[in-house]
Amino acid sequence: MSQLQRTPLYQSHVDLGAKIVDFAGFEMPIQYTSIIEEHDAVRTTVGMFDVSHMGELIIKGSDALDYLEHVCTNGLASLEVGQVRYSFLCYDHGGVVDDILVYRFAESTYCLVVNASNIEKDEAWLRSHLRGDVTIENVSDKTAEIALQGPLAESILQTLTDTDLSSLGFFRFLWAPVAEIHCLISRTGYTGEDGFELYVPSENVTTLWNLLLAKGVTPIGLGARDTLRFEASLPLYGQEISDSITPLEAGFKKFVDLDKSFIGQAALLKPRARKLIGLDILDRGIARATYPVFQDELEIGFVTTGYKLGERTIALALVPTTVERGMTVQVAMREKRLNAQVVSTKFKQKAYKKQEA
Amino acid sequence: MSDIRNDLKYSKEHEWIRVEGNVGTIGISDFAQHELGEIVYVELPAVGDSFKANALFGTVESVKAASDLFIPVSGTVIELNHGVEDAPDTINSTPYDAWMIKVEMDDASELDQLMSADEYKAHTS
Repeated sequence: MSQLQRTPLYQSHVDLGAKIVDFAGFEMPIQYTSIIEEHDAVRTTVGMFDVSHMGELIIKGSDALDYLEHVCTNGLASLEVGQVRYSFLCYDHGGVVDDILVYRFAESTYCLVVNASNIEKDEAWLRSHLRGDVTIENVSDKTAEIALQGPLAESILQTLTDTDLSSLGFFRFLWAPVAEIHCLISRTGYTGEDGFELYVPSENVTTLWNLLLAKGVTPIGLGARDTLRFEASLPLYGQEISDSITPLEAGFKKFVDLDKSFIGQAALLKPRARKLIGLDILDRGIARATYPVFQDELEIGFVTTGYKLGERTIALALVPTTVERGMTVQVAMREKRLNAQVVSTKFKQKAYKKQEA
Repeated sequence: MSDIRNDLKYSKEHEWIRVEGNVGTIGISDFAQHELGEIVYVELPAVGDSFKANALFGTVESVKAASDLFIPVSGTVIELNHGVEDAPDTINSTPYDAWMIKVEMDDASELDQLMSADEYKAHTS
């Protein structure tokens, strides 16, 4: 076992009394006070997350666009400097290597933001498919990141920067000083709320964190990060998408451009056999990830994520495409079977600032 | 610092038991509720169910995950606290009032295998 890593904010989390867990090889805060309170803070006011464990890979060179078009499922030809796009990296068989954000930093310079658990795997996979004039630099250790999310995110951040944030659209970014710290401000997030992801040099992140704390921003742990992204139907690598679940099975067709050529295209052109559904659990009990789903006594699939949020117990599950909304299925929870109704995966309306076309 | 009551016995799995005559009242410790975080669901056995010591008798679920409940002594369930099923958060707020089951114990000498408050304090620190 390799030694657990810490982000530059580790001591801040400990000082705030956070409960620390091992996540993707990092010692990370799972909660500071309560997952439910932290979840509600992001939905109603504003919260911040230390997401410095995420990886950042700089892709540079005259063939960078051509290369990225080859490895990413989403089309990038129209991506402008100052714009961000969500994409998948897929294997030949259509399973997912990772889900990533692609930032276009300059004409021939891009930055890929990747999951902490996948940094080494992604870098190796990307290098194995290198072609043309392209270099890859892993800047994960030098780069820290704070996600500031919630309806008050813009007004709070605006008090720390002269840049007009109201004109920064959804999935757009810019560089600007935030309280004299050189910062990449990106109007993106993983909660279904309006907000920003702030990328700063590792040595400056504690200053930024403390400034936001002083403004009354609630620190949010990974526990609420997962309930928030789940409620907003955003996928988590390893659960809704993985090396054995394709982006199309998970319902993310919008981020797969089948009209261009990319790794995994042939597999993704075939009809999908499974799809992701929402489940409203009708009986008492919580349908957790990996619990089997049954229909007419036949095991047909499994739960990818499930929570009790407020009075509603909901889950996402991967089942055959023949399962339709309104049907009743059963989730096996220990020795019990929970009845569940198939519903839309859109549990909650997203509250983004500006939806990008 | 977690709340540890002197009048209770504790198991390694963080259940507590309060003994009155031949009846044991069982719940989970303050340390356990704190480790679990907000409890949102409790699954209890049925009255009349019999268990051997250290057997699985139920489940508590926090927001994040499900955790097994292990019975500290052998016995038969004679009463359930339906209050904790309806309001699982009371296990967080008052873990020593939010009992889960009462059992008629088979063998009171099994209590000797459990920890005293002081031993449990050492076990959880």
